[in-house]
Amino acid sequence: MARILNPGTTAPDFTLRVTPDQNLTLSELRGQPVVLAFYPADWSPVCSDQMALYNEVLPEFQKHRAELMGISVDGVWCHAAFAKDRRLHFPLLSDFHPKGTVAQTYGAYRESEGVCERALFVLDSEGTIFWSYCSPIAVNPGADGILEALEELSKQESTHGRVESTSHSK
Amino acid sequence: MAVLKVPVTANDHIQGDKNAPITLAEYGDYECPHCGRAHPIVKAVQRHFGKQLRFVFRHFPLTQIHLHAEAAAETAEFAGAHSRFWPMHDLLFENQQRLGLPLFFELAKGLGLSSSELRSALETGQYAPKVRADFLGGIRSGVNSTPTFFINGRRHDGTYELEDLVQDIEAELLEMKVAPG
Repeated sequence: MARILNPGTTAPDFTLRVTPDQNLTLSELRGQPVVLAFYPADWSPVCSDQMALYNEVLPEFQKHRAELMGISVDGVWCHAAFAKDRRLHFPLLSDFHPKGTVAQTYGAYRESEGVCERALFVLDSEGTIFWSYCSPIAVNPGADGILEALEELSKQESTHGRVESTSHSK
Repeated sequence: MAVLKVPVTANDHIQGDKNAPITLAEYGDYECPHCGRAHPIVKAVQRHFGKQLRFVFRHFPLTQIHLHAEAAAETAEFAGAHSRFWPMHDLLFENQQRLGLPLFFELAKGLGLSSSELRSALETGQYAPKVRADFLGGIRSGVNSTPTFFINGRRHDGTYELEDLVQDIEAELLEMKVAPG
């Protein structure tokens, strides 16, 4: 298994395609927690699909004002078809060209297969990795770890008395 | 190892002897084809272990990919409020190919329940909080696909084939005999 970036590390910034004509830059999301879910490929079987599961948990992530993003090496058109089929309500980023570059900077790329690991990162509102986890590639890691990390993060940020005044509209 | 974070209580739908040494809990979705396949297997497991096992079913609908799953779960809860949970549960899985409002009303009527009451319960989302609570409890317990089974609170990571479930339950029974309490 790859050695993914540890908590305390600044999350490497990136700009990736999110739709055929739109990019998304990580640093633009400062001011709120971010969940990055690297996954090997679109179109895994429906009842065990990690992205379909996160789609159902989305309201819980939003309670923590967290923005969820899925990342794989699939192309934007593939992502668009997958998101439509599964009725996903969060963005899928395309680490397609040069392939896997962003995943590599997070230590979440499997060179042998040419796909992303199943690696999860929760970033705090300043873009520092607060929690990370790499699941065996065939195992859907579920959402419990992410939720626990977001709760812990909310607790810490409120005890530090941080008030986020910036709001980012989509 | 993933464990059941929400203990089984009287608020659950429980089938079988309440003093049974084995509690088999399933997180399932009435529209999931795997849960449909697992349904007769669960029945076989229940027959196999008889009074040694009680079965608990909790909802885990993937509502965005299974468009009838939420309403089906709420229909089962509606039936449950009238003490008809298990017959409705069986009928929903047995008629999985026909899930939808016409079927839900037909099944309700067949069980002697009011289809207009069911309609209003579905429209107002009367049982949605119960279904969501089941789902979130599942998420907390590491449910990552349907069906997911827990044997005495420990997630069963094998398949839902009969031999696999029986084997894991027998191992659990053996462990309890070796180390009572």
